[in-house]
Amino acid sequence: MATVDTPITLATGADALAPPLTFRQMAWRRFRRHRMAMAGAVILILLFVYAFGGGLIFTAERANFTDTSARLQGPSAAHPFGTDTVGRDVLARTIQGGRISLMIGLMAAVLEIVIGVVVGAVAGYYGGVVDSLLMRLTEAMLIIPSLFLLIVAARLVGGSVTWIIIIFALTSWMYVARIVRAEFLSLKENEFILAARSIGTPTSQIIFRHILPNSMAPIVVSATLAVATAILSEAYISFLGMGVQPPTATWGNMLDGSYNYIESAPWLWIFPGLLILLTVLSINFVGDGLRDALDPRSRNV
Amino acid sequence: MSRYIIRRLLQAIPLLFFVSIILFVLMGQMGDPIATMGGRRVTRPADRERLTRQLGLDQPGYMQYLYWLVGNDWRQIDLDGDGVPDTTGTRRGILRGDFGMSLMKRGQSAWEVIWDRVPNTLLLMVTSEVVIIIFALLIGVFSALRQYSLADHVITAVSFIGYSTPIFFFALLSIYIFSVNFKRWGLPSLPAVGMFDPQVGRTPGQVALHMILPVATITFVSIAAYSRYIRSTMLEVLNEDYIRTARAKGLRNRYILFVHALKNAALPIVTLIGLDLALLLGGALVTERIFAWPGMGRLFLDHMQRFDTPVVMGILILLSVTVIVFQIITDLTYALLDPRIRYD
Repeated sequence: MATVDTPITLATGADALAPPLTFRQMAWRRFRRHRMAMAGAVILILLFVYAFGGGLIFTAERANFTDTSARLQGPSAAHPFGTDTVGRDVLARTIQGGRISLMIGLMAAVLEIVIGVVVGAVAGYYGGVVDSLLMRLTEAMLIIPSLFLLIVAARLVGGSVTWIIIIFALTSWMYVARIVRAEFLSLKENEFILAARSIGTPTSQIIFRHILPNSMAPIVVSATLAVATAILSEAYISFLGMGVQPPTATWGNMLDGSYNYIESAPWLWIFPGLLILLTVLSINFVGDGLRDALDPRSRNV
Repeated sequence: MSRYIIRRLLQAIPLLFFVSIILFVLMGQMGDPIATMGGRRVTRPADRERLTRQLGLDQPGYMQYLYWLVGNDWRQIDLDGDGVPDTTGTRRGILRGDFGMSLMKRGQSAWEVIWDRVPNTLLLMVTSEVVIIIFALLIGVFSALRQYSLADHVITAVSFIGYSTPIFFFALLSIYIFSVNFKRWGLPSLPAVGMFDPQVGRTPGQVALHMILPVATITFVSIAAYSRYIRSTMLEVLNEDYIRTARAKGLRNRYILFVHALKNAALPIVTLIGLDLALLLGGALVTERIFAWPGMGRLFLDHMQRFDTPVVMGILILLSVTVIVFQIITDLTYALLDPRIRYD
């Protein structure tokens, strides 16, 4: 028998009337606790502001303005990041290049996820011949070293931004497809799928409404990391001279040819290189945080 | 076990067919090899026609693939363009070891061109793998033993950065520091270009010296990733009962660590190394380009520029076969090392 006058003491911060947290709220709480992930998110936002906000001041015209009398000048007040081989301002080019690089990263990741999800979902849901055909294709694509495949594809389609995005997606959907397939294989055996099927829900709805939302966590994580991979890939193939063609600046193609100036003009490669490093690093941190936050098994809020 | 090996090898065959078809379709669309064969001069229309027939480019795509695969010596082909197939083909196809003739290096078969570079790439890759395994194990075990110490935190930070560093950036930075600035400061500097100093000649010492920076570049990212992995598996294993039993028996600590714990902790890295080979090869591509290392990666880039299809195709097929073989070896090694796994 509890005495009425003594108030029930709740744990500090707890509200007796608060509804239980939704999954999304819990995930957000866990993400906020992840200090490196939060730092990564902040740096990423700053990088986006740098590229897209800075682009309002340092326009494309300014990034492509050549001044051959001021070639290969070191960092100064007029050109904080120095000038390149034809006298273009490196700061303006990192800003304009950042827009393209980040956009390539984002768009390629989205497209890659779409392809990967569709292939993985179809293979995992239908199984049988469809599954084994799609999985053989996936394995075959995984066996060809991806950078080599990318170079062949880039050589094939030329260096426009749109095509670069498309070939990135076409050469990197395999990991997502495998993850999604594995999720589908286990999820489709659940009772709620049987229930949905028994009341005549169309297959497309079962796939996209019922199964897909349940396998969202690993997809979100791999989407995040896919952005980093795409930015890196862009840098690699542009560095090898096969990526987006000049005069359009990207962080990658600013590095093309810069190794001839390792000694005499290090600012040519240090600034774009550092920006790529910073972007990839913070995306990796965010991905790490998301992996922990979205893991439904971790309940420590 | 032997049945498992045979099954894996049989599965690899259709997979390689898939790979070769994907690559062949890509290659066929790539560009005009005849235009680049003439060098600076524009190819005359008559020559162009003759070359097209010689290379079999007048055939439909599936026939080109067939010729590439099994050769055309079983068939009469029309070489002189009079509409009558009267010459026996000379190609023997990749299945019989004929990679075709290089278009860029006249008179050399693609296989000769590639084989010339294989030892150099192999030297770089094998050394890198060894360095990766040794350093990843050392660093991983070290930071597991000193969990949450200052050294562990520093290693964690460095490996996170390492994991995110573009390979070329690391390469440029290391050249800038160890070749350029060390020379400037009067310190012994490391060479950054080529395999050996032409004035000294190709001595083992020279090659080793020239390998330091490329190997460091290739291995950096992998060491960063694997040492994290070893750290976490090591921490897991150290909490297991059998380690406590070993301790209770009074075994020496070092013996427990390096024999009992490490043996199990290092298992997953076998899989990682096997699966990451394709990634490592990509790294070698960039590295060979920057350090002017005469390996397959540079060969690939050079011949890619000139649409030398037989060589490029040969390299890609060779790499794909290597990756598949490596994957099978990985699985087998894993089964050998981990008695819990049985392939039956």
